[in-house]
Amino acid sequence: MTATKLSRRAFTGTLLATTALSACAVQTAPAKAHVVVIGGGFGGATAAKFLRLEDPGIAVTMIEPKDAFVTCPFSNYVIAGFKRIDEITHSYAALTSVHGVRHVRDMAAAIDPAAKTVRTAGGQTFKYDKLVVSPGIDIRWGALEGYTEAAAERLPHAWAGGPQTLLLRRQLEAMPDGGVVALSLPGNPFRCPPGPYERISVIAHYLKANKPRSKILALDAKDAFSKQGLFQDGWNALYPGMIEWVPLGKDGRVVRVLADEMTLVSEFGERHRANVINVVPPQFAGRIARDAGLAATEGGMAGWCPVDPFTFESTRAKDIHVIGDASIAGAMPKSGFAANSQGKFVAKAIAAALNGRPTFAPVFANTCYSLLAPEYGISVADIFRATPQGIVAVQGAGGVSPRTPQDAAQHRLLEARYAYGWYSSTTREVWGA
Amino acid sequence: MRKLVVIAAFAAAFVAGAAAAQTPAAAPIPGSVLAATCSGCHGTGGRSVAEIPSIYGKTETQIATAMLEFKNDRRPATVMNRHAKGFSDAEIAELSRYIAANWR
Ligand SMILES: Cc1cc2nc3c(=O)[nH]c(=O)nc-3n(C[C@H](O)[C@H](O)[C@H](O)COP(=O)(O)OP(=O)(O)OC[C@H]3O[C@@H](n4cnc5c(N)ncnc54)[C@H](O)[C@@H]3O)c2cc1C
Repeated sequence: MTATKLSRRAFTGTLLATTALSACAVQTAPAKAHVVVIGGGFGGATAAKFLRLEDPGIAVTMIEPKDAFVTCPFSNYVIAGFKRIDEITHSYAALTSVHGVRHVRDMAAAIDPAAKTVRTAGGQTFKYDKLVVSPGIDIRWGALEGYTEAAAERLPHAWAGGPQTLLLRRQLEAMPDGGVVALSLPGNPFRCPPGPYERISVIAHYLKANKPRSKILALDAKDAFSKQGLFQDGWNALYPGMIEWVPLGKDGRVVRVLADEMTLVSEFGERHRANVINVVPPQFAGRIARDAGLAATEGGMAGWCPVDPFTFESTRAKDIHVIGDASIAGAMPKSGFAANSQGKFVAKAIAAALNGRPTFAPVFANTCYSLLAPEYGISVADIFRATPQGIVAVQGAGGVSPRTPQDAAQHRLLEARYAYGWYSSTTREVWGA
Repeated sequence: MRKLVVIAAFAAAFVAGAAAAQTPAAAPIPGSVLAATCSGCHGTGGRSVAEIPSIYGKTETQIATAMLEFKNDRRPATVMNRHAKGFSDAEIAELSRYIAANWR
């Protein structure tokens, strides 16, 4: 099947007949337009579902190789042993059977913005009226010397939910009491700014209960991090003496990984040997976005995709919207919450455009909860708006949890409860019926 | 948390600038778009799955009162006070109207 044979009208007839797609997705009336979504994570699955909710007359094809999605959110709790991986795994069944999204289990291999087609690794070609690209991140293998895909089998990154999550869990379980867990943490930007510090916290929670003589050494390429005061207060209160955080200014930046020696080497040549090493590596936008020319090629944001702040349309290709971690979204963090917020907006904006309705400005939200222990939660929240210069957080709103709330124990408990509540609501919103 | 640009005046311009509807920045944001910022936590259609309160089936007044009290720090909150301050009073009115009418 070639791209040229595929007109939009032919889509429902030819394509569905020739590819074994979910029968319930077949529509009787010809679709008024076809939107292709690359990626079935927080951004992509949200956009696909909400496009169908906005206008069932729009045919939506979601290209995603996985059968089910394991979230990064809450994967730290699997690593720490208080959630199971099946509790953070979400099937695509509701998207296809309830919402009529066509799920193509394949990798998108190439985008042709001029022909408006996407070709998959399996050789199918899809013509689109609008394309949503939400491939998340790829690891910049080799950007940190010695950190290769082979090294990651020994020193996990666990920065994608799945086998890497379980590998890090097993290593912690196997570690002797009195061992050292070392983390190498990247410079900005990267997926989930508070994620590494939440991971440090809940690993400490596990060690305190099971291997209390152990230590955590966090080597950081930055001098400051998200919710820093709240994290450090919590570490002092919950895990005194267990966690050592070494900032950039104190030679925290790791420049080389010696996998065979289980050693991290700092900028000034300090060697840190550890029993378990978690490398949170440098990242960039998922490959399909870079290969399609949607990413900046130079400057501090090289490897990430510039978008119009009012529409999330790529500044490099018409009718292609890049959302989620892959996009340069100004003040918005690379979070699942943000990707979900962007997915909903883009679905509304695309549905409006395809129906000839007027455009409107966006407003976005984010709340990133972090647990320092199962009943100790903190958050950072913001409302975001588009300006011609980029997306900004609304001044005077948002911010982090209070450092000294009136009833601190109750406040931290409530925020932990809301963290669980957020996860349940949001994962149902993204992948549920 | 760094704020990249100060936009207090900018937010006010959303409400004022009804005249120039040609740029997206000038037109008021529709209720459905405002309400989409709620559903990540409170659930699609305001139906929360677990620990966070649902917000469907409320009256316009109930929602607007809660949001304004959160905004003005007159109601105890963990995160809603931080969110509510991100919206103009006119947006809160529109948001409340939309949710009361559609999330039932
Ligand atoms: C440890 C950790 C904890 C986190 N905790 C939180 C949290 O508590 N709250 C929060 O809001 N965020 C959290 N995040 C961040 C969150 O995981 C990401 O921001 C979010 O997943 C981004 O969504 P996305 O759609 O951009 O990418 P993803 O959700 O990663 O989805 C991308 C999808 O695209 C698919 N894909 C990639 N390339 C192709 C291709 N060529 N063709 C087809 N499909 C493709 C992938 O298979 C994947 O399924 C956390 C992250 C980590 C690592």
